[in-house]
Amino acid sequence: MAEEQETPAVRLLHGCPLDETLGAFVVHCDRDSYLELCRSLRSDGYAMPVGVTGVDYLTHPGRTVPQGVDAERFEVVVELCSLVARKRIRVRCQVPESDPRIPSLFDVWPGTEAHERETYDLFGITFDGHPDMSRILMPDDWEGHPLRKDYSTGEIQVQFKEARR
Amino acid sequence: MTDPVVAPRKLSLVDRLLGRVPVGSEPIEEILTAKTNEGTQELEPRSSTGVTEYGLESGSLLALAEGVSLDRGDIDVDVPEDESMILNLGPSHPSTHGVLRVMVEIDGETVLRTKPVIGYLHTGMEKTAEELMYHQGCTNVTRMDYLSPFFNELGFCLSVEKLLGLEIPPRATWIRMLMCELNRISSHLLWLATNGADIGALNMLVYGWREREMVLAFFEKVTGLRMNHNYFRPGGVAADLPDGWRDDVAALCEALPRRMDEYDQLLTGQPILQNRLVGVGPLDAETAISLGVTGPLLRSTGVAWDLRRDNPYLAYDKVDFDVIVGTSGDCWDRYAIRFNEIRESIHIVSQIAEKMPPGDYRSQDKKVTPPPRSRIDESMEALIHHFKLYTDGFKVPPGDAYVPVESPRGESGCYIVSDGSARPYRMHMRSPSFSNLQAMAPMARGSLIADTIAIVSTIDPVLGDVDR
Repeated sequence: MAEEQETPAVRLLHGCPLDETLGAFVVHCDRDSYLELCRSLRSDGYAMPVGVTGVDYLTHPGRTVPQGVDAERFEVVVELCSLVARKRIRVRCQVPESDPRIPSLFDVWPGTEAHERETYDLFGITFDGHPDMSRILMPDDWEGHPLRKDYSTGEIQVQFKEARR
Repeated sequence: MTDPVVAPRKLSLVDRLLGRVPVGSEPIEEILTAKTNEGTQELEPRSSTGVTEYGLESGSLLALAEGVSLDRGDIDVDVPEDESMILNLGPSHPSTHGVLRVMVEIDGETVLRTKPVIGYLHTGMEKTAEELMYHQGCTNVTRMDYLSPFFNELGFCLSVEKLLGLEIPPRATWIRMLMCELNRISSHLLWLATNGADIGALNMLVYGWREREMVLAFFEKVTGLRMNHNYFRPGGVAADLPDGWRDDVAALCEALPRRMDEYDQLLTGQPILQNRLVGVGPLDAETAISLGVTGPLLRSTGVAWDLRRDNPYLAYDKVDFDVIVGTSGDCWDRYAIRFNEIRESIHIVSQIAEKMPPGDYRSQDKKVTPPPRSRIDESMEALIHHFKLYTDGFKVPPGDAYVPVESPRGESGCYIVSDGSARPYRMHMRSPSFSNLQAMAPMARGSLIADTIAIVSTIDPVLGDVDR
């Protein structure tokens, strides 16, 4: 973390607010700085993509985010690991409800491929530049994205509806 | 009594096989062409596959330097499209360890492209977790990776405890370590059994299951169940170890190394097994790391990365063990690593049995731990406390936490977001099998179909963990 700066209000890492929660380093960013930040982290030595997932903050709007970050409905959470330095860092990127799109990290770490497909499948966040943005866990003709907070759990689609009885 | 309206007779299996069309029913062609809801999850012909996706499937994408664009001609598959064949392995095939479907494009016996298709076991456990209170959560997560249930419970409990800022007593930590290491043994033994079955050493199948059953019998004695234990709870474990556990552990530590030596004789020197595994499905360290591959798969490439040593949790810094590392990253290395990890785990278990501290097996924090049964009979307050804890649960401060643990398959981690209520706002399991399966395409490229089975087997995916 060469460019880490100590400022009285917010610590910055590659121009994005760095937070420390429960012993873990978390960088908050928005969509515009997301890809650039991830590329910088990659060159910092975070070679392993541990995972990509999403969180839908629809019913928990009052969460704390550092100064300078606008809380949006969705968050894409990327967990990274540096094997050499034995360090971990988490990237939390805000994704607005009106346009749930975010650049894909496939070019930076190919190992995010399946994780991004899963996040698309369960949250409906589209990853631009992903080679195969299709559903991975749910059937291809499934309607809705189950892990969204406004997805009704009581209502179950009839599966195999095209199969003959 | 007869129905006045005669409903068209349904097609029986015999009708279908003979091509009969009963009066009033639809023509047979329509039935045969009826679409399933599998949709587009298929291996498209090369001409209609995007270059990036094609590169991903053929495994050539990872060799490219940053910023270099991929051309279809760069991929050295020189077989014309109409001379290759697309074959489905699975989803119902004994060697796929569950319901994994692998689509392969083959030229004769040689694999050109591979694409794993998953989701057949998806049961929405992450959604279910949002409905369960924290003390119920372990019941859910233990069913994800059903061959190493303790590691799921451990990841979940450590995450919740991190959010709570809860210290657990040393005995609980050591009990957790004991159960986890025994679980690693049972999981690797089962892998040894199924791997034997996959590549033709069928006798190993019987022995592996037999030895695993010895470990599961101990689990049953401690937790009441052979699998899906729900034994680890936030704040400690559900019950103390039963009387006589030291004898059981000592018996295991005595019997297993001898059995392992026998299997060493049975398998390791065997030329047929060596021919099936040595040099098959190699993976290099750089590819493995950039794909997020962990566990024995990563260690086989020569990267000494074990979270027990490199990111210590529980009390792994107080026991002595080696991290087993391979050199060439082929199936043989993965076999050798798992084989020797069983021996290391036995070594750890005997150390744990020696060092097991006395004391409480769960935290005495009234917030998360119910009062003991004896107090409930005496005290009204204890009864109310017990009732409130099991009906309302305990509240966890807002925040997010991710705690990784080294499961037999790699890094298993639990990411929990809390909104301050008694239920997780979001619970995500980072499952090792899900990431490791991505290494399938680069490993299988250019190998034979029979090798693909060996490769799937040495990835050791648990589909309950992949699909969650």
